[in-house]
Amino acid sequence: MIEMKKVTKKYPNGVVAMNGISTKIKQGEFVYVVGPSGAGKSTFIKLMYREEKATSGEVMVNGINLTTLKSARVPHLRRQLGVVFQDFKLLPRLTVYENVAYAMEVIEEEPKKIRERVMEVLDLVGLKHKVRMLPTELSGGEQQRVAIARSIVNKPGVLIADEPTGNLDPETSWEIMDLFEEINRNGTTVVMATHNRDIVNTVRKRVIAIEGGLIVRDEYGGDYGYEG
Amino acid sequence: MKGRTIGRHFRESFKSLGRNGWMTFASFSAVTVTLILVGVFSVIMMNLNHIADDLENDVEIRVLIEIIEEEGQKNAAEEQLLAQVQNMPDVASVAYSTKEQELEDLIKDFGEELSLYEQSNPLHNVLYVKAINPQQTAKVAEEIEKLDYTYEVLYGKGKVENLFSFLNISRNIGFILIIGLLFTAMFLISNTIRITIFARREEIEIMKLVGATNSFVRIPFVLEGIWIGLLGSIIPVIVVSITYYKLYDILAPRLRGNMLELLPVTPLLYQVSVLVIGIGLIIGMWGSFMSVRKFLKV
Repeated sequence: MIEMKKVTKKYPNGVVAMNGISTKIKQGEFVYVVGPSGAGKSTFIKLMYREEKATSGEVMVNGINLTTLKSARVPHLRRQLGVVFQDFKLLPRLTVYENVAYAMEVIEEEPKKIRERVMEVLDLVGLKHKVRMLPTELSGGEQQRVAIARSIVNKPGVLIADEPTGNLDPETSWEIMDLFEEINRNGTTVVMATHNRDIVNTVRKRVIAIEGGLIVRDEYGGDYGYEG
Repeated sequence: MKGRTIGRHFRESFKSLGRNGWMTFASFSAVTVTLILVGVFSVIMMNLNHIADDLENDVEIRVLIEIIEEEGQKNAAEEQLLAQVQNMPDVASVAYSTKEQELEDLIKDFGEELSLYEQSNPLHNVLYVKAINPQQTAKVAEEIEKLDYTYEVLYGKGKVENLFSFLNISRNIGFILIIGLLFTAMFLISNTIRITIFARREEIEIMKLVGATNSFVRIPFVLEGIWIGLLGSIIPVIVVSITYYKLYDILAPRLRGNMLELLPVTPLLYQVSVLVIGIGLIIGMWGSFMSVRKFLKV
């Protein structure tokens, strides 16, 4: 479960990205975070995996208070989350297999379990036949599927995605969306910041709209609500 | 940290050397070139130092003993003087030489015509004194002069002072050059490593984002730095060793004619090799440690 209480975020350059946000996301929910560019979507997402720290207020994820969490404990938080990025963030010199395995090596899992589980999730995202390839040899959609495989390999309770379809063509975006839905069906909370109005309007879920650092709309089954 | 994780870090560090081929090569070359300089320079400096020490140690004081005709009185006087000199805290060694030995040495150096003096030897019995610290020679000589039964105390006044100040200056210059070279080596090598790691800063960021701890990210990088440092010291050790080995054979006999001794191949080459490998290892390790640290704050 994710909970924010009166969260503000002021960047050192004076920009106020969060202006006192409070919200709750329950286990197993699927939430879109929408809003114009620069409205604070990314900050909202980054607060959840402690890439950014709230200036005031409280952020709780899986019972961990991120506002008081020590830097040394941040890796342990991130192991309970899956994070997917617009630009995939794969390790360029590692193969598909190694990229996914890395997230398990980090938690010092047994090699045998790593092999089994990595092949399992690569099968799930449909890339079992490309395990030895480097990210540069894959299409954008395939790279994102590797990133998704990596994000769920440790069976996280929460999957956080920041514009996961931003760099992909419409057809590929739908494939990625299907994967997120499947992951969500298995009980994982999915929080996805997106600009993709087709997806938001077609696959109706809870929509949190952020503008000027505030939540301006929070609607179950809502639409995208912006032009373009 | 579990044992298999340590094994994983070692494997990763080796793989990474290969994956980052050109970057590895660049760091390796930087280490090699600088360590060759460090090696060559150390060999030269250690030899110059050794020669300087030799020259200093050749400095000795000649104490001409007063001539006393009466045998018993003479023996007592010489024994007293010898004991007094030997008891001086700054004196390392004293050797006694009779006037007959002195004359023989002169005949050896200057020719048979001097053997005329064997009938009535005008020379003095002599004490040869060495100071524990050669630079103290003048002070020791002064003290000996104050003792009874000394006729004259000689040590090359003026010349010796010039020699010492020359040796001291050249030692200081050598020392400064070595320190400067070491700093340059550190700077050059750690900078090259920093550039290679800078190119991989995004990797470090990604590792942190999937939940790697700082040490999990850092250890393979530091190991990689150590391997580069060690690999980079191989060629310098070989080049310096072979070159000195050959040069020693050529130069040592010629210099010996001029009373100059080079340092023998062993242990010098062992010492220099340990120095070169040690510097490579420490700089490689330290350079990557510091460079990774900068990118860990994600």
